[in-house]
Amino acid sequence: MTVGYLVRRLFVFFIVLWLAATVNFLIPRISPVNPIRERLLQAVGQGGVSLAPMEEMVKSYEARFGLDKPMYVQYVNYMSDLFHLDFGYSITRFPNRVSDMILKALPWTLFLITVSTLLSFAVGTLLGALLAWSKSPRWIYWISPPLLTLSAIPYYLLGLVLIFFFAFLLKWFPLGGGYSLGTLPSMSLRFVQDALSHSVLPAASIILSGCGFWALSMRGMMVTTQGEDYMTLAEAKGLSDRRIFLRYGIRNAILPQTTSLALSLGYVVSGSVLVEVVFGYPGVGSLLWQAVRTFDYFIIYGVTFMIIVAIGLATLILDLVYPLLDPRISYQKS
Amino acid sequence: MTTSASGAAAPGSSGASAVSMDELFGRQSLGRAAVRFWRNNTQLCVGAGIILLLILMALFGPLWVDPKGAQVGRAVVEQPPSLKYPLGTDTVGRQMLPVVIYGTPLTMRVGLMAGCIGLGVGILFGFIAGYYGGWIDNLLRGAADVFLTVPGLMILVVIASSLHTALDVNTQALVVSTLAWMWPTRTIRSQVLTMRERTYIQVARLSGVSGLEIVFKEILPNLLPYLAASLVSAVSSAILASIGLEALGLGPQNEPTLGMTIYWAMYYTALIRGLWWWWAPPIAIIVLVFIGLFLISAGLDQIANPRLRRVVEK
Repeated sequence: MTVGYLVRRLFVFFIVLWLAATVNFLIPRISPVNPIRERLLQAVGQGGVSLAPMEEMVKSYEARFGLDKPMYVQYVNYMSDLFHLDFGYSITRFPNRVSDMILKALPWTLFLITVSTLLSFAVGTLLGALLAWSKSPRWIYWISPPLLTLSAIPYYLLGLVLIFFFAFLLKWFPLGGGYSLGTLPSMSLRFVQDALSHSVLPAASIILSGCGFWALSMRGMMVTTQGEDYMTLAEAKGLSDRRIFLRYGIRNAILPQTTSLALSLGYVVSGSVLVEVVFGYPGVGSLLWQAVRTFDYFIIYGVTFMIIVAIGLATLILDLVYPLLDPRISYQKS
Repeated sequence: MTTSASGAAAPGSSGASAVSMDELFGRQSLGRAAVRFWRNNTQLCVGAGIILLLILMALFGPLWVDPKGAQVGRAVVEQPPSLKYPLGTDTVGRQMLPVVIYGTPLTMRVGLMAGCIGLGVGILFGFIAGYYGGWIDNLLRGAADVFLTVPGLMILVVIASSLHTALDVNTQALVVSTLAWMWPTRTIRSQVLTMRERTYIQVARLSGVSGLEIVFKEILPNLLPYLAASLVSAVSSAILASIGLEALGLGPQNEPTLGMTIYWAMYYTALIRGLWWWWAPPIAIIVLVFIGLFLISAGLDQIANPRLRRVVEK
């Protein structure tokens, strides 16, 4: 890996961050209605927020978006706040800071997304490879149509259907939430069990739908390796089918698959955010949903910015790890 | 199925494969050509059939079912499907059958508008970047790559939530279209790049044909099947983005699009109250739309890229 590549890649990462921050800065300003001011006035009108913290909020609001200062000063201030991950206060649950609320929700989301994405990637890739492998057992071809159907369904719609059948009708799993009411999050065995049983269905909806997607693209890659000379050579050498399949077929076909993992992270995370909404899972997705419902704009901007940063980081790491997987790539400028 | 396929298939089959004049005009062989088209393009036919059925439902449904039933308070609330209310009613007295008939074309309209805008911008950017190259190529390709790694839904949430009160079907389509141009730009650019070096383009360039003329007369027509496939996938992802926004409540508040219907069903906890007829029909139709569009784009891909077909068949 060359230094030049590293610098260029980091540059793209910072462009993404700058872009996300700028969108959050500009949208409220060019929108015909000023959503933040409107929401603050509405909160006072409803009496849902008492006047004393309201004053403080308006002050914090004006300090950040202060109409008294010129635009570029506002912009610089805004950027430096974001740099310290300071998103201001929640409007509806005032004394809470947005950054604290996000930090509280983040572990749930990270757990759900990481586990289910890795599982669906692994299972889907294996199934897709088997689908394109001429020596696979016959039954494997029967799973192709259901896989295709599942991949066409957005995660959260599949989640709705799963809730209905497995939680509402069969009552095998809880209806929603991240843990049973009345229990407090802790590291005890009982709580972990409880939390796991709550995350089975959300994870299943991501895995089932994701599996189809990964299987379809892996089948495409795997098919192209079938005709390659090295496959014929491996067969002529008398290597075992298992070895040809794993070391020659999958080893080569999985590389583009990893690239598309990096490219589709945005889609995967957006989908998982909506899955959280459907299940009332206590992650950042549900936080975002509540914020949209109550027009809590500081939370909306904070959550979206955090998600964009997280995905930017994940793709950056994947891109840097990629040459370890594929020795053919050296990242030298040709 | 053969009868419905023959009508749609005939013009395409004559172009797709070399068919003799006899086969073209003889009635019996027309049927045979249709069968052959069906065999070669099963995915495309099935997908087009599904979408056609949904369009027919949207066109002729209002003749049988009063569209006013889709408005609030038009029926007894929370009725299961019956003869009077074929798909039941929801908590605020909307009848589900009219809602679905009225909402399906709305959702498709959002997808089609945003997809067309996305493809249009993608064609413009893709051709400029691919044909002219240089710094403008670096700029456009860089922009597309940066926007692709950003989770689009999050940016759309920021835009849509600031427009919240003013959101109707058209503005929603505009919001979605702001992030619908990256894939078309990227893929069209790479197609133009490969096409630019073909002999007939170089011959045209050497014989003094202007750049614009080459783009419109030589490159664009050759990319048509490819552009059709891109349009279909752009429409599909626009619909996905729009129902994603709607699941968060960021859709047209007064229109029963499919996504908003699901949102209201979730809002009124229809799921855990067993009101399955509220959320099941819109989900079923969304799934049909996605499967139909997926099959069409896979079928068009095979036409645009015959090498794909040979590989898969081998």
